[in-house]
Amino acid sequence: MAVMNMVQAINSALALEMALDDRVLLLGEDVGRDGGVFRVSEGLLERFGAERVIDTPLSESAIVGAAIGMAAYGLRPVAEIQFMGFTYAAMDQLFTHAARLRSRSRGRFTSPLVVRTPYGGGIKAPELHEESSEAIFCHMPGIKVVVPSGPYCAKGLLTAAIRDPDPVLFLEPTRLYRLIKEEVPESDYLVPMGKARVARQGGSVTVVSWGSMLDTVLKAVEGRDAEVIDLLTLSPFDVETVLASVARTGRVVIVHEAVLSCGLGAEIAATIAEEGILHLRAPIIRVAAPDVTMPMPRLEGRYLPDAARIGRAVDQLLEY
Amino acid sequence: MPETTLASHAIHRLEILGEDGDVDKALMPELSDERIVRMYEMMVLARSFDERAVTLQREGRLGTYPPILGQEAAQVGSASALLPCDWVVPSFREMGVHITLGYPIHRLFQYWGGDERGQRGPESLNILPICVAVGTQIPHGVGIAMAARYRRDPAVVCTYFGDGATSKGDFHEGLNMAGVFKLPAVFICQNNQWAISVPLKQQTAAATIAQKGVAYGIDGIQVDGNDIFAVYRATSDALAKARSGGGPTLIECLTYRIADHTTADDAGRYRTPDEVATWRRKDPLLRLERFMAGRGLWDDDVGRRVREEAVAEIDRAVLAMESAPQPEAEEMFTNTGATLSRRQIRQMEVI
Ligand SMILES: Cc1ncc(C[n+]2csc(CCOP(=O)(O)OP(=O)(O)O)c2C)c(N)n1
Ligand SMILES: [Mg+2]
Repeated sequence: MAVMNMVQAINSALALEMALDDRVLLLGEDVGRDGGVFRVSEGLLERFGAERVIDTPLSESAIVGAAIGMAAYGLRPVAEIQFMGFTYAAMDQLFTHAARLRSRSRGRFTSPLVVRTPYGGGIKAPELHEESSEAIFCHMPGIKVVVPSGPYCAKGLLTAAIRDPDPVLFLEPTRLYRLIKEEVPESDYLVPMGKARVARQGGSVTVVSWGSMLDTVLKAVEGRDAEVIDLLTLSPFDVETVLASVARTGRVVIVHEAVLSCGLGAEIAATIAEEGILHLRAPIIRVAAPDVTMPMPRLEGRYLPDAARIGRAVDQLLEY
Repeated sequence: MPETTLASHAIHRLEILGEDGDVDKALMPELSDERIVRMYEMMVLARSFDERAVTLQREGRLGTYPPILGQEAAQVGSASALLPCDWVVPSFREMGVHITLGYPIHRLFQYWGGDERGQRGPESLNILPICVAVGTQIPHGVGIAMAARYRRDPAVVCTYFGDGATSKGDFHEGLNMAGVFKLPAVFICQNNQWAISVPLKQQTAAATIAQKGVAYGIDGIQVDGNDIFAVYRATSDALAKARSGGGPTLIECLTYRIADHTTADDAGRYRTPDEVATWRRKDPLLRLERFMAGRGLWDDDVGRRVREEAVAEIDRAVLAMESAPQPEAEEMFTNTGATLSRRQIRQMEVI
């Protein structure tokens, strides 16, 4: 065991998978010599060489498209997109090809690739550097979406994502990169995809959240009888764990930093309504960002859900 | 059958002002002393802005900022050639263009201070917002050129981007379309030879950026980007050609990013101090001063006065930026659309 932050944990997962499996290689902008703009791939160029840690031209579409080609050839590429806002430039490759190569070739070709990207707000960065648009990707069949909330699950989930036979979008909460430190095994291990984690046990209300919001949620529920579910995998999400908790608490708050409308919270709420409505003792509340473009730093504090807002929603349900 | 040569292309490089301040008289554009002094003042103002922005960032008064140090000639020189009817489509490292065109400086500070209200320019300026998503603005320049021609307006559109942007599909798609429609457009690449940590050689296997125009049937030229007269001349020629129906031009201004990529970057991780020092000696401002001194337009006193005036203007802009009221939360909602949905209105009321 070693104490690591999320940057170190992800770096460790990449290094171990590269050492274990020569099919694994990295590509992206500034991932080599610079070690990535957040230093996530620091030291990997020196260790594995330029053949496996590839500084690409500034071409998101070609980064993901090339990763698809490598994957079709039998490799396990891990592509980095520098910020989630720039995955939009690679959407065509992700949606048109990564998501459906298996389907289009009727299983002859697959795209076992990972696209890693930092996401989320609260870092006072310029436009498009704080996006939280996970729901868009969850809407596309054929792509899995994974979001760790701390170093331990980041390492285990990334390892699982690299070993997964299908494309995975791996979202890294930028604000938490160096904020949370945890004991993390130095060897490789898996945190299975598709499985949520009960981050805190409680009996009166279920709070479902993930990634960048999780530390805020845990602060918000202090002193309250709340169960906190950390989804970890957003697509496909762990319906069973959510329903089991709702069956006990009968009350649900869903918290995400993405905008409210058509956010993943809507899918979770709809699923609970379909499969668990008889357990509910109160309406479901979603705490999310307003339906506006992610503002620049001066207003980001007004945009992101904070502990006070989450706490009010929890109290409202407890008093219902 | 023997193979035949279908086409061969030569790429030209334009240099007018040497490092010692001498100019090639045959190539020197016609510029009055007043205009030269004005261009000099703009370069000093741009540099003063840049220095202040970096300082303010270090003091926590500004957000992440991408310095323009060393690229002032490419920016002031090209912007000086524009007419008021022309349009500008910037990327994010052309504050010297904004300043030359008279964009309010306090708004530039405001934008880089993390307040989107700084993106709203005056009605008199045809300049699109600063664009952070690399290269994505290039097709907009194409569309503006199509619209101007449709309206029979004399406007030409100048689209700016970096060397890294030339790797993006948007660059190739945009230039291709501009070539096909022979549009009144000028594409200005500030080739500062780095895209964060990726050097030009790893960005493209081509010997020049200018030659990328060839594939799209567009004239391409490389100019010494630290030579304000070469930049001005190439831009003026391209604008005149575009205005008279001659089609688009790709201008590669070969320059150098002296500073870190942004205030969040540490260029020491990926390039040598020697390389930077070599380019510091090619400082576009020193070069212009040497030329002006030879013409009797510059001495230490002139330099000091211009500098003091620039700093005073920057002081005023900083004051204006910092005395502007903080944006209200409602500001997030305004301009999401012409009208807000009922849900958005409710969200605005409770935020
Ligand atoms: C589409 C996109 N990808 C990545 C980034 C992150 N990024 C910002 S600037 C930059 C390098 C740009 O290089 P260049 O086009 O040469 O412009 P320069 O920064 O040198 O002015 C990168 C990778 C971005 N802003 N947009
Ligand atoms: Mg560049």
